[in-house]
Amino acid sequence: MTGATQAGGRVPRPDSLPPRPYRFPRFERRRLDNGGKLVIAPARKLPLATVCIVAEAGAVTEPAGREGIAQLVGDLLLEGSAGYSGAEIAERFERLGAVVEIETQWDVSVICVSALRQHLESAVQFLGEVVRAPSFPEREVERLKSERRAELMRQHTEPRGLADDMFSRVVYTAASRYSRPIGGTEKSVTSISGQDVQRFFDDRYRAGGLTIVIAGDVDVDDGDRMTRSAFGGWPAGAPVIATTNDTPARDGRGLHIVPKADAQQAELRIGHVGVPRNHPDYYSIVIMNAVLGGLFSSRINLNLRERHGYTYGAFSGFDWRRQCGPFSVSTAVQTEVTARAAKEVIAEIDRIREAEVSAAELSLATSYLDGVFPIRYETTESIADALVTLNTFGLPDNFHDVYRERIRAVTTHDVLRAAREYLTPDALQVLMVGDAGPLRAQLEELAFAPVTLHNPKDES
Amino acid sequence: MDQTAPIVAVNLWYHVGSANERTGRTGFAHLFEHMLFQGSADVDSNEHFELIQRAGGTLNGSTWLDRTNYFETVPSNHLELVLWLESNRMGHLLPAMTQQKLDNQRDVVKNERRWSLDNQPYGSWWERLPALCYPLEHPFHHSLIGSNEDLDAASLEDIGDFFRTYYTPDNAVLSIAGDFDPARTRAWVERHFGPIPKGGGRPSATSDAMPPRFGGWRREVVPDNVALSRLFLAFLSPVFGSEAYYAASVCAAVLGLKKGSRLYRSLVRDRRLASDTKAFTYDLSKGSDLLVLDVTGLAGVSGEELEVAVAAEVDALRSKPVTGEEVGRAVALLESDYVTAIQSAGERADRLSMFATYFGDPSLINEQVERYRKVTAKAVNEFVRDRLGSDNRASLLYVPREAATRTAAA
Repeated sequence: MTGATQAGGRVPRPDSLPPRPYRFPRFERRRLDNGGKLVIAPARKLPLATVCIVAEAGAVTEPAGREGIAQLVGDLLLEGSAGYSGAEIAERFERLGAVVEIETQWDVSVICVSALRQHLESAVQFLGEVVRAPSFPEREVERLKSERRAELMRQHTEPRGLADDMFSRVVYTAASRYSRPIGGTEKSVTSISGQDVQRFFDDRYRAGGLTIVIAGDVDVDDGDRMTRSAFGGWPAGAPVIATTNDTPARDGRGLHIVPKADAQQAELRIGHVGVPRNHPDYYSIVIMNAVLGGLFSSRINLNLRERHGYTYGAFSGFDWRRQCGPFSVSTAVQTEVTARAAKEVIAEIDRIREAEVSAAELSLATSYLDGVFPIRYETTESIADALVTLNTFGLPDNFHDVYRERIRAVTTHDVLRAAREYLTPDALQVLMVGDAGPLRAQLEELAFAPVTLHNPKDES
Repeated sequence: MDQTAPIVAVNLWYHVGSANERTGRTGFAHLFEHMLFQGSADVDSNEHFELIQRAGGTLNGSTWLDRTNYFETVPSNHLELVLWLESNRMGHLLPAMTQQKLDNQRDVVKNERRWSLDNQPYGSWWERLPALCYPLEHPFHHSLIGSNEDLDAASLEDIGDFFRTYYTPDNAVLSIAGDFDPARTRAWVERHFGPIPKGGGRPSATSDAMPPRFGGWRREVVPDNVALSRLFLAFLSPVFGSEAYYAASVCAAVLGLKKGSRLYRSLVRDRRLASDTKAFTYDLSKGSDLLVLDVTGLAGVSGEELEVAVAAEVDALRSKPVTGEEVGRAVALLESDYVTAIQSAGERADRLSMFATYFGDPSLINEQVERYRKVTAKAVNEFVRDRLGSDNRASLLYVPREAATRTAAA
């Protein structure tokens, strides 16, 4: 239709101009005397900066039976230190307008502070002081444990959270840390003692595993000086890099139903164990996923939303971790069409393994990921986050410089090969959270896999 | 303008939202927003999405009580394409509208409703709170996402009427932020939007006048499939942009912004009754704004306990007035939040559209930090006396259904 005769004074679609060049911010690496690493990316747009501390203290480093301790320790870092109570710590950062965020990931824990330039030094200095010697007051340990239990209760009445949680359980073997949520289960969190907390901190928060990332309105020497003074006192020594068992829970397909009375919709998750982030076929896999379900205009969303009207949205993704994170398709559909929607998703997974995608589909995916690249790094938080990721996965320093050309180099043949090698229809686990009656009534339509009924309470 | 990266944001506000819907057509403004992605005279269904994504851009639209916005951020060499797409649907939408597209998007919206409201614990607060706070005939009273019945009743004729009435250049603001050449961009805007004729003017709206206070304490208790009690405590408050609004906004931050706030310190940290506390304003520029405290209890804390505890903190604002230090903390956070937000071109463009739509003056974007800095503890305490008394409260209280049944049986 585009470019057809223009009636009524309409203007034809304009051509675009040649792109202006863009480079991801330059960064410099330094090393602290205690072995800690420093990455500084000056990026000046507004008087703002983000400083992140990355510790080898992610969820996979936890002792068995104490799942959730990594997140608990991360959060407790700001709940009391030698000189300050938790309330005083919060107050002091906030009066500087500094925002501190703690994120416990699978592989590492990250604490980031963002502040206006004029307050940055005070904020970083104070963070260094607090994190160096947290006091882990018993009262705060118990309070955060109760809050985690409340969060779990809330999550289990919330269909999306419940579906995500249960999906991990049906995909990974029970021995895998990945089979349980990062924050831990009611049982594991309850079992954590103050001593466990102190021991985990002593083991994992050591300078040999420490990386400081700075992005924003800071020059390299200032950043270096600030960091040495705030974090130079961390005890030396390197924590052991931990791994978990990342094998699947079962061979073959499985169909899992999690009953939720009165659900107005069914949450659907379909997937299997995927691949690690550091993978030679990373770019082919990313493009393959974009065509399959990574974009609004990808096959799964156009099928389920725009063709069938089953859902508000449907997406697929690989969750990138050091080891094999999951590949999954997520959507929420009208309960009565759950089986049909699941069949459409599986058909799309089969289809992308059967024949090469069209040139138009490939170019949509590659030109999107190529073009959107600079838009991803508008903020100091996002630049810092990209450098944290680079560090966590040990990606090459020129990763951001070659990313766009590597994306553009992916071919339809690469996509087909990635689909055939890294999507495994025979291993798909299909999980439905919804009103059990109408879901069971549709099971004949899904006669391809043994059905398991789950009760989230039994297994937590 | 900001040329630190080759990125440009385009943002369009149409001054129409759910408040402009007629009786029997709740949800229409939002359904209409979906239809704007279904193509126009020279754009196929979903081609808008595809062209922007092919350009490496991000895009979406959203509907609110009093406005609908559409926005794209793209590599700056594609700016004219975005202007063309937006002008094509502003000027020439109707030839692309079909019954089949309307039926499909109706299903999508019903699923959006199930996903965001019906199948979410506490999800109905989006509808219940405005309904509790604004009178039946008030334009902010009814549901934004709409009832399934009203969505079913929407017709192609309604699409045509709504489009001709509200989707006109004189009822829209176009903002562009980021990397662009002003002279060339002006010429493009003229070329693409210039020929689109003016509309016939907005129909006279229902009165949105509101008293400054409810005149009492309204209560609604909702037994629901939830594990934890949750309270929304709302107050009628000064409209967005007014002098008193800034004091109200600082007061909300003193009460509920982050861990140094009064509600967090008292209810989460000291008394361990709540697991989460928040405070926010709707930022409505007409009628009346709402200031809302949103507090979730810990397991075993009843709805009643939660309400008593939150109300006690509000009452304590009188016996223990807000101090200069508390205002300082709140303003420092609001200021850094503002600077953090405007790093993104899309955010800058959206705020420009907002100030131009509400007040006819986009340059107000540059005065916001200053207006917050001028707020004194005295102004906040005046706001407290004026608006936070028990004659201006509305409680929407969610309680676990099982607990509610037990209490009723006892």
